[in-house]
Amino acid sequence: MELEARILKVLNSITKKEVSPGSEDSLFVSGLLDSFALTDFVAGLEDEFGIAIPDSDLSARKFDTLNKVSAYVSAKLG
Amino acid sequence: MSFLRAFGSHLPEHRVGNAEIAALVGTTPEWIVDVSGIEERRYAADSDTVASVGLQAAQNCLANAGATAAELGMIMVASGSAPRLCPGPASQVATGLGLASTFALDIPVASCGSLIGVALAAELAPRYGPVLVVGTEIMSRCIELTPESRDTSILFGDGAGACLVDPSSGFARIADSILSTDGASAEILKIENGRIAMEGRSVILQAVRKMPRVLNELLARNHLTAAEPVAWLMHQANLNLIMRVAQSLKVPEERWFVNLARYGNTSSASLLIAADEWRNANPDPLAGPLVLTAFGAGLNWGALLALPA
Repeated sequence: MELEARILKVLNSITKKEVSPGSEDSLFVSGLLDSFALTDFVAGLEDEFGIAIPDSDLSARKFDTLNKVSAYVSAKLG
Repeated sequence: MSFLRAFGSHLPEHRVGNAEIAALVGTTPEWIVDVSGIEERRYAADSDTVASVGLQAAQNCLANAGATAAELGMIMVASGSAPRLCPGPASQVATGLGLASTFALDIPVASCGSLIGVALAAELAPRYGPVLVVGTEIMSRCIELTPESRDTSILFGDGAGACLVDPSSGFARIADSILSTDGASAEILKIENGRIAMEGRSVILQAVRKMPRVLNELLARNHLTAAEPVAWLMHQANLNLIMRVAQSLKVPEERWFVNLARYGNTSSASLLIAADEWRNANPDPLAGPLVLTAFGAGLNWGALLALPA
């Protein structure tokens, strides 16, 4: 499965609905993720990709759009 | 060894309900409750100062302890909203208590400041004598009730709390504490030039990770499980955050004392205001471990364990 599709899978599991935001759409401004759903989303990314997201990366700005999330996860996966 | 001897608090009389501020920040009273659990907060009068509000909590605490200011070996005053950095409100609180030479130390740390004070007081009380810790805030002067600052401004209120830490007696023995700081995320929550700025989502991300971690560490190194404390007192920042931390630890929500709905987030004052109200509602001898915890600007966070005396 493509990286972005796997990220969407995590997002859908958090929002509990099928969503398809644009790559540059803010997940926050669009109302898909509030503060607490964001914590679940980050935890879901760790589980889905088998990565550990350190405290130093726990900034909402890193997870604001699908493009930003893709870039972050790609970098973590090396 | 040191003990929690008594708590005290003071809340300004002026109540500000969600309906009063909702229109100013472009939302509804119901939305404020949904995102924060806050129904109203107190705002200080124009004549109040951070020191004067703190002084009343200090006096209330001494009265609850049956103690006099002359017995104090030291005073600590935590505040993130004090209008002047140096000297801060500590010396004014000491003067207000009629003390002319008792050491009074400022802790200019919002949110976590009173926890830091109590943890340090536990170490210092055997050396200096009883330590009075005060957390006092007039956060209403650090916010702007505008749509642009809605997410932050709806949260805060004014008030003060206090705790007397005694080296020889009290209702609970302070057994252990952990204090932590992570300056790498300092910019996400700060009070600068008299205005609070907060990246709320990032703060929640950090708190949801750091708080359960420090609480589990504190319990584990004292050979306790999360099921054992009889009460959990947490900085009253956001009801949803308190419940999320409770869920992480698998602790029933009813063990977490919550008064956030009535006072909002009073920053460093909130932990000791909550402690005072919890103690007033539970005046009997402590039946088991008691946990205090806080998180906030710095980032600073930590936890403190007290056991039946």
